[in-house]
Amino acid sequence: MGIEEMKKVAEILLQYVPATLKLFGATLLFSIPLGMVVALLRKCKIKPIEWLISFYILVMRGTPLMLQVIAIYYAFPFLQKSETVAAMPGFVRAIVNLADIRDPNYMFRAVCLAFTLNYAAYFAEIFRGGIEAIPKGQYEAAECLGFTKIQTFFRIILPQVIKRIVPASSNEVITLIKDTSLANIIAYEEVILKAKQQMQLYSSLTPLFIAGVFYLISTIILTALFSFIEKKLDYYK
Amino acid sequence: MEEMLQVRNLSKSYGSLKVLKDISFDVKKGEVVAIIGPSGSGKSTLLRCINQLERADGGEVTVCGMPMFKSDSAGKAVYSSAKVLREIRLKIGLVFQNFNLFPHMSVLRNVTEAPIQVLKHPKAEAVKTAEILLKKMGLLEKKNSYPCELSGGQQQRVSIARALALQPEVLFFDEPTSALDPELTGEILKVIKELAKDKMTMVIVTHEMAFARDVANHVIFMDGGVIVESGTPEEVFGNSKSERTKQFLERYHNG
Repeated sequence: MGIEEMKKVAEILLQYVPATLKLFGATLLFSIPLGMVVALLRKCKIKPIEWLISFYILVMRGTPLMLQVIAIYYAFPFLQKSETVAAMPGFVRAIVNLADIRDPNYMFRAVCLAFTLNYAAYFAEIFRGGIEAIPKGQYEAAECLGFTKIQTFFRIILPQVIKRIVPASSNEVITLIKDTSLANIIAYEEVILKAKQQMQLYSSLTPLFIAGVFYLISTIILTALFSFIEKKLDYYK
Repeated sequence: MEEMLQVRNLSKSYGSLKVLKDISFDVKKGEVVAIIGPSGSGKSTLLRCINQLERADGGEVTVCGMPMFKSDSAGKAVYSSAKVLREIRLKIGLVFQNFNLFPHMSVLRNVTEAPIQVLKHPKAEAVKTAEILLKKMGLLEKKNSYPCELSGGQQQRVSIARALALQPEVLFFDEPTSALDPELTGEILKVIKELAKDKMTMVIVTHEMAFARDVANHVIFMDGGVIVESGTPEEVFGNSKSERTKQFLERYHNG
């Protein structure tokens, strides 16, 4: 492959970088808060909720993300036609009918839902570890000083949890940027899907190499970002 | 003299283990009460019950005239409404054995956070009060440091300032020097002595016998979840009636 062709391939791949970054960004945006909620629910004292959350985390971590993407993407069309669902209570039908499968954005939404549910489970476990690592004395001191439960969580516990979970979260975030390529299994148009097409078009491995460079650069940027955050939070122990 | 704290027949069990049995005592305004006794005698649990960190099973506790809980006819403790409990909480402060400062906040913010967030004091006023307290603790120049940059004795002084910032009527100390090097205990005891001079009402659980004798108006000796003996320091230390007290104090004197 000549330089000119490589430039052309790079330009084409670059057009799909936003699709990859969009999935990456949306997944982070939704999965981090959801993970926090899941982590708090898992510590909930109501047993059935705790079991349900444990089961959710087990399934999300115990099955391939690729399978989850395929399952969720095809689930809505199937369920909307299903007679069993039609016989179910209204709210179940309402949820199933929430997804408009004819919408051009349906594919992105389905992929994003699968990624969010999956990553929230991993983040939840990281957050749970972080929350459990905070000494009991912090809660007791806050209680004696008259802080409400909500003030205690947001002002005293959460800032300390964030510092503790940054290293583990950076791993997840770096994995996520590469995992976005799994969305190509349902033909979500992102960098890897296009790189494969270009590879076949030119009978050359170079497009894959160019795609690899994109992920490498992303990882370098994320690594730098996280070491910056870690340094920022290093003002206390 | 005004009664700041009244404890009547307080009892507490963990499962079948009775850790507090029928504890009764009073604390008057301006009084310094020292609670001494061997490990596992229930001293800390008693403090934790009065500070609402543990729930008592039965008895009655009244703080500044407000009932925290009272036994019903079956002898089970019935707590007051959340509103009253909260009011009581703000009347009393607790200094912990291992400080429990907030590590992510500067010394100044450790002291101002509760007045600003809990009492809704204006920030400027809270900072002013905090600076006066830190100056009293000899830590004004450390106000922008973080707890991890301070020695244990300095951290404990910050935690005393933090508790005082809410202007409590009674201040409780749970073995305030037990986590400190022997060299550092002196500075904490000095601070407590100064507070006693200012007529601060205090209840101190301590293993520092010489200090208890020196600073307390009233000494309570606990063992096995009961108050074995209580009285003035002279009565308890110099002329103890109970064999158990004598035995305990003797062991202390002989190291």
